[in-house]
Amino acid sequence: MKNLEELRNIKERALQRRKLAGEGARARIVVAMGTTGIAAGARDTMTAILAELEKRGIGDVIVTQTGGGGLSTYEPVVQIQIGDSELVTYGNLDATRVPALIESHIINGQPVTDWLVK
Amino acid sequence: MAYRANILISSEAPGADAVQAAFLSKVQDLQLEDEVQVLATTALMGAATQGIEALVYPEGTRYVNLTPADAATIVEEHLYKGRPVQRLAYVEPKVTPLPPPNTKEVRVVLGNVGKINPFDIEDYIAEDGYMALAKVLTEMTPDQVVEEMKKSGLRGRGGAGFPAYMKWTLARNSPNKPKFLICNGDEGDPGAFMNRSVLEGDPHSVIEGMAIAAYVVGAEQGYFYVRAEYPIAIRTLRVAIEQAREYGFLGQNIFGSGFNFDLEIRMGAGAFVCGEETALMRSIEGKRGMPSTRPPFPAASGLWGKPSNINNVETYANTAKILLKGGEWFSSVGTEKSKGTKTFAIAGKVKRTGLIEVPLGLTLREVVYDVGGGILNDKKFKAVQTGGPMGGCIPEQFLDMPVDYESLASVGSIMGSGGFVIMDEDTCMVDIARFFMDFVQDESCGKCVPCRVGTRRMLEILNDICEGRGQPGDIERLEELGKSIMRGSLCGLGQGAPNPVLSTIKYFRHEYEAHIYEKKCPAKVCRALIEYKVNPETCIGCTRCARNCPVNAISGKPKEAHYIDPSICIRCGICSQVCPVNAISVE
Repeated sequence: MKNLEELRNIKERALQRRKLAGEGARARIVVAMGTTGIAAGARDTMTAILAELEKRGIGDVIVTQTGGGGLSTYEPVVQIQIGDSELVTYGNLDATRVPALIESHIINGQPVTDWLVK
Repeated sequence: MAYRANILISSEAPGADAVQAAFLSKVQDLQLEDEVQVLATTALMGAATQGIEALVYPEGTRYVNLTPADAATIVEEHLYKGRPVQRLAYVEPKVTPLPPPNTKEVRVVLGNVGKINPFDIEDYIAEDGYMALAKVLTEMTPDQVVEEMKKSGLRGRGGAGFPAYMKWTLARNSPNKPKFLICNGDEGDPGAFMNRSVLEGDPHSVIEGMAIAAYVVGAEQGYFYVRAEYPIAIRTLRVAIEQAREYGFLGQNIFGSGFNFDLEIRMGAGAFVCGEETALMRSIEGKRGMPSTRPPFPAASGLWGKPSNINNVETYANTAKILLKGGEWFSSVGTEKSKGTKTFAIAGKVKRTGLIEVPLGLTLREVVYDVGGGILNDKKFKAVQTGGPMGGCIPEQFLDMPVDYESLASVGSIMGSGGFVIMDEDTCMVDIARFFMDFVQDESCGKCVPCRVGTRRMLEILNDICEGRGQPGDIERLEELGKSIMRGSLCGLGQGAPNPVLSTIKYFRHEYEAHIYEKKCPAKVCRALIEYKVNPETCIGCTRCARNCPVNAISGKPKEAHYIDPSICIRCGICSQVCPVNAISVE
């Protein structure tokens, strides 16, 4: 890292990357994979999400991970973003809920309100 | 031969034999034995609370709380006529929408945690990551950084609350060289995991904070001391350090300023005392982790006898944000002497457990009821224990007290690293004191005799009290021992170890007295002091308690009132859990 200019360029690039359209994606799924999340089954949730997307042949959804934001009571926590809309947060999202979640929110664009944290 | 259907029965539940026999005989009656197989299996569905259960395949229908008559119905209806018996099938409990989370939170340290991808440094840069380091290295002198930190009023988040800028200045002014920078990630308080969450969720914020502190202090080498029990945090940190080197935020001539800094991780093997700064430095050196006398303070003679600056994870995580947004921004929240926000791990009998970050100065009531969502099952609040095993228990009368360093100290507790254990009316304060004393006597390193021997003696007295052998004078003995342990110990562990006991004696003396003089546990927790009884008026003689009792302490004929033999009873409480009419009480 030589100077501020270089850092600003990286920031610009990173912000661009965050825009889903630029990546050719329609949605982003973020799984909280801190120790609390993993202890509550976040790994199974992650595997189930990848398997479900694969099964349905959905290739334009970015699946990524983040740390545990403190909602320990609600782990596993999964966030979904469609297009440029706000991220919505789901709680207690164990692997068994994944197929219904993907069908409702990703495919039909309808958030599953009963499972939302906010 | 292939069967078209299978019935699996949980054979371990009492009375399962009769149900299995009923299944078999009905299958034979209807001449289905070539088509339907009846199998007994162990521990079919886990919890035994649903009585005798059966699974019918291929549909996978789960039937619960079965009687032999139900078995016949299932065979006739489900297997013969092909109509599953809805009346007997298990219904998943209805999901209620989750309540919205805390509204009084202000997230600074946890701002990126749960948002960014910790394995991608550019995700951190997108959130203005490393901008503060760039600003510091290219535009500011170390003295200007110190000035900004002074304005912010940031105090050490590890517990003692020493102003960060002062610590840095002391190390900076120390003439000896080289100097070292250490991050204390040995978070050992039971139930506390704020630092783990930051290391796992936003590792670069800590790295950036350390680089800034190193610039001020004049250190070129830094150490992360993280406990080995945090494998995910360590893995995340490794990746983060690697990426920071790759992008040139660590290494030689950072931002062309001539400043060099690099980091290494050292894993702690799990000794609680290694969270104490002098013990921690011995541990990094590869020696046995034991505290030493201060002075000399680490700023003068720390790691390998060289000037060292040591701060907690959260202190460093605040640093970059302060320098980016200014000291005034940080000090705009908080109280007069406690500025900024603080992360807490809320655990215990509260609805929303987990991590929170709130401005210092919020009242305990706001933290427990507004942010924590209130007491579990809407029971009555009894006490909150702050600051980990060396903190004190704060009773209800102080609920409206602000949470800051001075207020907590004024009622005999500490801020600590930010543990918050909430207790309700069902918590026995003597039992809780015993739990924490058990922890500290286990973790005492053994160097100071009052701590090593004294905590042991205190634990023995507490065990006696909880097991019904308490004697007049025990409370006074605990107080006397506690005070001498505090006076005679070198480090925070010994000086704080008696806190839970002394504070519970101070605020809940009547509970100790009830244990000692009346041999009663008011919260009905201490097993030796309670008795389970069947109310003969309410008991319907269903025999469920007798069937579930692990030691056969319950006698009685079906449809008649039952009796628990206190000499056999082990006070496990299963009978009162399975009783369908709440006829079993604790006295």
